[in-house]
Amino acid sequence: MSETMILIGARSNKQGTSLCAGKFGAEYLDVSSTVEMNIDDMTRLGLANGDSVRLTTPMGETVVRCKSRASKDLAAGIMFIAYGPHSSRLMGADTAGSGMPMSKSLDVEVEVLPAQPRPVGG
Amino acid sequence: MSDNIRIVKDATCTFCGCVCDDMDLTVDVDEKRIIKADNACILGKAWFREHGHEERPAALIGGNEASLDDAIEEAAQILVNARFPIIYGLSDTTCEAQRVAVGIADMIGGTLDTTTSVCHGPSGIAFEAVGESTSTLGELKNRADLIVFWGGNPAESHPRLFSRYTVTCKGMYIPRGRTDRTIVLVDVRRTPSAPVADIFIQVKPRRDFEVLWALRALVKGRKIDPSIEQTTGVALATLEDLAGRMKSCRYGALLFGMGLTMTRGRHFNSGAILALASDLNAFTHFVAKPVRGHGNVTGADNVVSWQTGFPFAVNFAKGYPRFNPGEFTTVDTLARGEADAAMIIAADPASNFPQAAIERMKQIPVIVLDPKESHTSRLARVAFTTATYGINVAGTVYRMDDVPITLRPALESPYPSDEQILRRLRTRLRELLGGNRVPDKMSWPVPAAAA
Repeated sequence: MSETMILIGARSNKQGTSLCAGKFGAEYLDVSSTVEMNIDDMTRLGLANGDSVRLTTPMGETVVRCKSRASKDLAAGIMFIAYGPHSSRLMGADTAGSGMPMSKSLDVEVEVLPAQPRPVGG
Repeated sequence: MSDNIRIVKDATCTFCGCVCDDMDLTVDVDEKRIIKADNACILGKAWFREHGHEERPAALIGGNEASLDDAIEEAAQILVNARFPIIYGLSDTTCEAQRVAVGIADMIGGTLDTTTSVCHGPSGIAFEAVGESTSTLGELKNRADLIVFWGGNPAESHPRLFSRYTVTCKGMYIPRGRTDRTIVLVDVRRTPSAPVADIFIQVKPRRDFEVLWALRALVKGRKIDPSIEQTTGVALATLEDLAGRMKSCRYGALLFGMGLTMTRGRHFNSGAILALASDLNAFTHFVAKPVRGHGNVTGADNVVSWQTGFPFAVNFAKGYPRFNPGEFTTVDTLARGEADAAMIIAADPASNFPQAAIERMKQIPVIVLDPKESHTSRLARVAFTTATYGINVAGTVYRMDDVPITLRPALESPYPSDEQILRRLRTRLRELLGGNRVPDKMSWPVPAAAA
């Protein structure tokens, strides 16, 4: 089962504090490999917290764990991930002459998986 | 904890662009650790707790421990023998180190870029097109009665921006603090910053430009079709209310984040919000400011600007600085396979660049200067462990509002600073090159068409 959603990458408190400890520490690897999803979207897809999903764009794919957020905090069809190696796997290198790769609001195909996420560079 | 405790008053946190300079640090001198950071936010506490003394070799060549001398020689040879060397990073180091890096780029005829290019680089492009109605953060604290945060989440990225400058603090003309201010948050999701706001406006992803342009029209008294709501997710009445508040406030500020620069529209989004602020000055005083991320990314913009005339994406191959985002920005030079050597200073592009750029870094010799092991240091040919600026290293950094702040380091480090390594590298490069490369004497062959 898969469908297309919009992925927003950004910072988070946990990402900020854990990167101070080191990008190969368990906390940073965990926070950067977790995607937050609307709870109704997760229910519809048969997902529970901690389940694995594959995120795919035309540029690449990665496998992350999902975590639910209430609809008032994260609208249906939108996902959030803290910046890191997983989010960079989905970005294209075309900067449209600006120097900036498209890093937010990416159209991402979400596929439900039984497997656990693979650490990237961990 | 040992008995050998030292207090460092008014130290500076360099985690984010707020560069808070009121840290009171408790230092365990024997254990070489900062055990307490009074006044720090959650990010600052982690920054001080986790940085100090690393247990790593001072230098690695090919993953093997090496002497500093050998590593500098290897780095110099890499840069001298490259045809398209790039230097990137610089946002987490001192202005003094940034200045030396610019000199090296000039000397080797290389390309210099900073993390600005993947941060507010689009805003830098927009500044040149639109201009900037700006202020210091102190001015906002003392005067601003309407603050609009747009495409940013300071509660998690710049926690003390609220308490020191923009929301809860009392100011000269804002005597009651929070009560005297109206706070608006515009974003594509309800972030942890939303509870701070009086008004939260949720925009559909990739529709910020349309909302900003509609606001410009409303501010100028033009009609907007109600179908704007289908396009942007924001009702016309909400936009009219915001436009009215912006025109009638005493002093307003638009503080925008990478929600504008990293999404569809990029520099057009930044240009739209800067133009909106300019428009509003026909009615009241209004400013627009990018909320900057890394501790001294604003310093990088300043140093590179006063040395080259341009803030980032600067190429010296012709013997003089040229600026062209898209051509000389690092994602582009790497992803197109143009860069054949890279020196990365205080940044970790291998953890956050697109894959095509990361793959190129795996193919070319990379030199890294970083206090900690990183994704980039793991793929580097030469990796230097450096002292941490602000904690081990003195110098100057710029707050996000272009105000220079002096660092007061708390701990000594066994490692050299970025500036010390770069100075030694520059000396060796000068010996190898005999001075600055100039185009007609460059060692690589000139293409027949240009000869």
